[in-house]
Amino acid sequence: MVGTGAKKTNIREISPIDVYMLLPKTNCKECGEENCMAFATKLVNRELRLQSCPPLLKKENKKVYGQLWEMLKPPIKEVTIGAKDHSIKVGGKYVLYRHEFAYTNPTAIAIDVTDEMPEEEVLARIKRTEQFSYEYIGMTLKLNMIAIRSTSGDPYKFKSAVKKVAEHTRLPLILCSFDSKVLEAGLMVVQNAKPLIYAATKENWKDMAELALMYQCPLAVFAPNDVKLLRSLSKTLTEYGVNDLVLDPGTLPGEGIRDMINNFTMIRRAATKKGDELLGFPLIGTPVTAWLENAEAPKEVAEWNEAYLAAILIDRYADILILHSTEGWVLLPNVVLRQNIYTDPRKPVAVEPGLRILGTPNEKSPVMFTTNFALTYYTVASDIESAGVDSYLLVVDSEGIAVDCAVAGRKLTADKVAEAIRDDKMEEKVKHRKLIIPGKAARLSGEIEEASGWNVMVGPRDSSDIPKYLKEKWSQAD
Amino acid sequence: MAEKENNEELLNLFNLLTRFQEIELEDVEMEIGDFELWLQSRSVAHTALSKTVRATPSLRRKPTNILQADFMPPVEQYPGKVVEVTLGATKGEGGTRGKSITIGGEEAPAFYLFETPPPHPPVISLDVFDTKIPLAKPVKMHFADVMEDPVAWAKLAVDKYGADMITLHLISIDPLVKDTSPTEAAKTVENVLQAIDVPIVIGGCGDPKKDLEVFEKVAEVGAGERFLLSSVTQDMDLERACAVAKKYGHAVLSFTPMDLNQARQLNRQLYDFLPKTQIIMDTTTAALGYGLDYAFTIMERARLAALMGDPELQHPMSSGTTNAWAAREAWKKMDPEWGPREFRGPIWETVTALTLLLAGVDLFMMMHPAAVKTLKDTIQRLTVGQPVSPKNIADWVAAKI
Ligand code: SF4
Repeated sequence: MVGTGAKKTNIREISPIDVYMLLPKTNCKECGEENCMAFATKLVNRELRLQSCPPLLKKENKKVYGQLWEMLKPPIKEVTIGAKDHSIKVGGKYVLYRHEFAYTNPTAIAIDVTDEMPEEEVLARIKRTEQFSYEYIGMTLKLNMIAIRSTSGDPYKFKSAVKKVAEHTRLPLILCSFDSKVLEAGLMVVQNAKPLIYAATKENWKDMAELALMYQCPLAVFAPNDVKLLRSLSKTLTEYGVNDLVLDPGTLPGEGIRDMINNFTMIRRAATKKGDELLGFPLIGTPVTAWLENAEAPKEVAEWNEAYLAAILIDRYADILILHSTEGWVLLPNVVLRQNIYTDPRKPVAVEPGLRILGTPNEKSPVMFTTNFALTYYTVASDIESAGVDSYLLVVDSEGIAVDCAVAGRKLTADKVAEAIRDDKMEEKVKHRKLIIPGKAARLSGEIEEASGWNVMVGPRDSSDIPKYLKEKWSQAD
Repeated sequence: MAEKENNEELLNLFNLLTRFQEIELEDVEMEIGDFELWLQSRSVAHTALSKTVRATPSLRRKPTNILQADFMPPVEQYPGKVVEVTLGATKGEGGTRGKSITIGGEEAPAFYLFETPPPHPPVISLDVFDTKIPLAKPVKMHFADVMEDPVAWAKLAVDKYGADMITLHLISIDPLVKDTSPTEAAKTVENVLQAIDVPIVIGGCGDPKKDLEVFEKVAEVGAGERFLLSSVTQDMDLERACAVAKKYGHAVLSFTPMDLNQARQLNRQLYDFLPKTQIIMDTTTAALGYGLDYAFTIMERARLAALMGDPELQHPMSSGTTNAWAAREAWKKMDPEWGPREFRGPIWETVTALTLLLAGVDLFMMMHPAAVKTLKDTIQRLTVGQPVSPKNIADWVAAKI
């Protein structure tokens, strides 16, 4: 793959016609699409893969398959870590900016353990990593991997630590040591688990390359604050035959943030915009390095630094992160940020506007409204449902924007609210004419009364207070 | 965590960070000697794995030495440039501020430092309210004594929390709040002007009619001070708003709801009345988890379009980062698993701010002192830092934490 010289085309510059020209053009429909052109369009949008066209897989089409694959492959290689059923894919990015396409493969987050930690601590950290979960717009946000660091430098200790971890989790692993002997000791006990080997350096690259080939594992390359060296090692290792690399230009805390951001940015720009294949691999960041600064400071300071370092790296192109802290306040903003950055910007995070019936409301039940921004809707609906309140919830079209922004930006107007009341025939469903509006839409109360003819009751600013609000205000209003 | 909740001092992140995170600029020099020492000390025996060679049949000749590859920073050319806008005016410039602040002027995407570093560091404006408002607990603990006194609040923001600017939110003018008169609001502005000497953003209440009336009065008492009038919107009488800014020498904040076309359109309308160098734009900030993805992408696209030559988006960008506190994860008591809100809140604001910093924001309107400190430190490191030696992290794998 080195030096093919083929200039990669930006994904947005590939037209379905270019792809169509190479397809069999028989319109046989074996792929399930109406014709080859439809298939080509879906290929370009990454909704289907090449393998879905059976004729392409025939021997005589081998060359053209290769051409198509080259044309469509992401500039950042997709690397798989872990054994079959418990693997995770990293990288595979097509673009530098999320608005150009959508990022694939959300940043995998690993929590570290060491070969000198007491066993209970190791097991507790594994349990925490596996059980961490946060419900967010109908999704469960989770952590992904365990990184085992050798702090002892002792192959036997590392081996038994890796063994212990592998006995207790199926999460994909990262084995970390710069000593190839230590690393091999660990690899031997997880032969088929295909962990990520961390890491090849200027000094140990040859031994690490041998390990990666022998155990068929992806290999991380560590060249802190030296992109030229990183690129040289990438060239050397790919020539050596190691095809699945992960690059680490160094996570530099404190004063190093400047160089860190610069390195990650240069590398991803070179790979996506300039077709630099030597840098076209997933990037790994290690915010755990925040703990190396300032040893006298309370642990909260290290946690704070680690938390925001991780966020910067999620924003600036990291595909894998290794973190030390397991504190909820450190992890939560980062898993939420990751979800935000990796949502498909082509699809608005909105739900269908219209009436939702929560519980079994009757003609006396409260009528409330919210916007169709998915997060607002799910939060409000779950708060009402979990409190077991029978009610009507009108989802008003705010073009997928949250209440406060929608009011400020006039995406949520009194007319839209009145229209929703009319369209969903609320006057037939309830006898009263009282609408509870979100506290953050209080500004609209006069206008809504005018436009709809209903009486407005200004509800709480946060939907978690709805049950309490209804208890106090609704019975009286009744 | 339960005992910690009671430990006020430990929960005072601002104090913790201030005590343990002084920026030490003398540390940043590249220490060549140390660096080489490190390289040598890391050398590993190459003999370790001769036995593994057998398992790797390969037809190609394997390299025996590192194959040198070059690296050229992937620089691009940009036809466009963001205009520079100056806020605040010194005596010599017709105002009374200690110094004025210029933002904008970028010729490359945010912190693509290998291209053209930004000519001016982004700045932070702390929120000050002219009347007592409900604040999240983690914020309130830092402002409890000044909540009813905008002058004392502004002083605290500047003297203790290092605000580059302050945003005086005249929320009491809201007809739904206190309906304070423009004359009274102007009085508050005068008092704050006298108490501090940093540039000032004048925040309205969001009612386009009332805001305009107040801007007219406030602009007059602050003639020549080069306020930022926050904000002008599509439903405002733009001719009148711009006339005020022009006559008394202020800048305006062009605010639109997360829509690039509307941002272009509003800016275009403003050009009829005001020079570009008096316009900053705000395309709306949504909190982490509550639409930050939109806010981030709109800003990133706006900045890239500006650099590619779109003349209607070539303005410095401002963010109401305080909106991060709209996220319930920032202010609510949650299950102990998620830690105290005294940490969750400021990290929420910090992550929101850093994300938008990387999208290209020039002016942050913020709230929590710890978030402000972290953003300030980061900006300083990004704009005045020197290359560092990686020696501290070279052996991070073996670090005993
Ligand atoms: S299976 Fe292949 S050849 Fe047949 S219609 Fe689909 S794309 Fe065309």
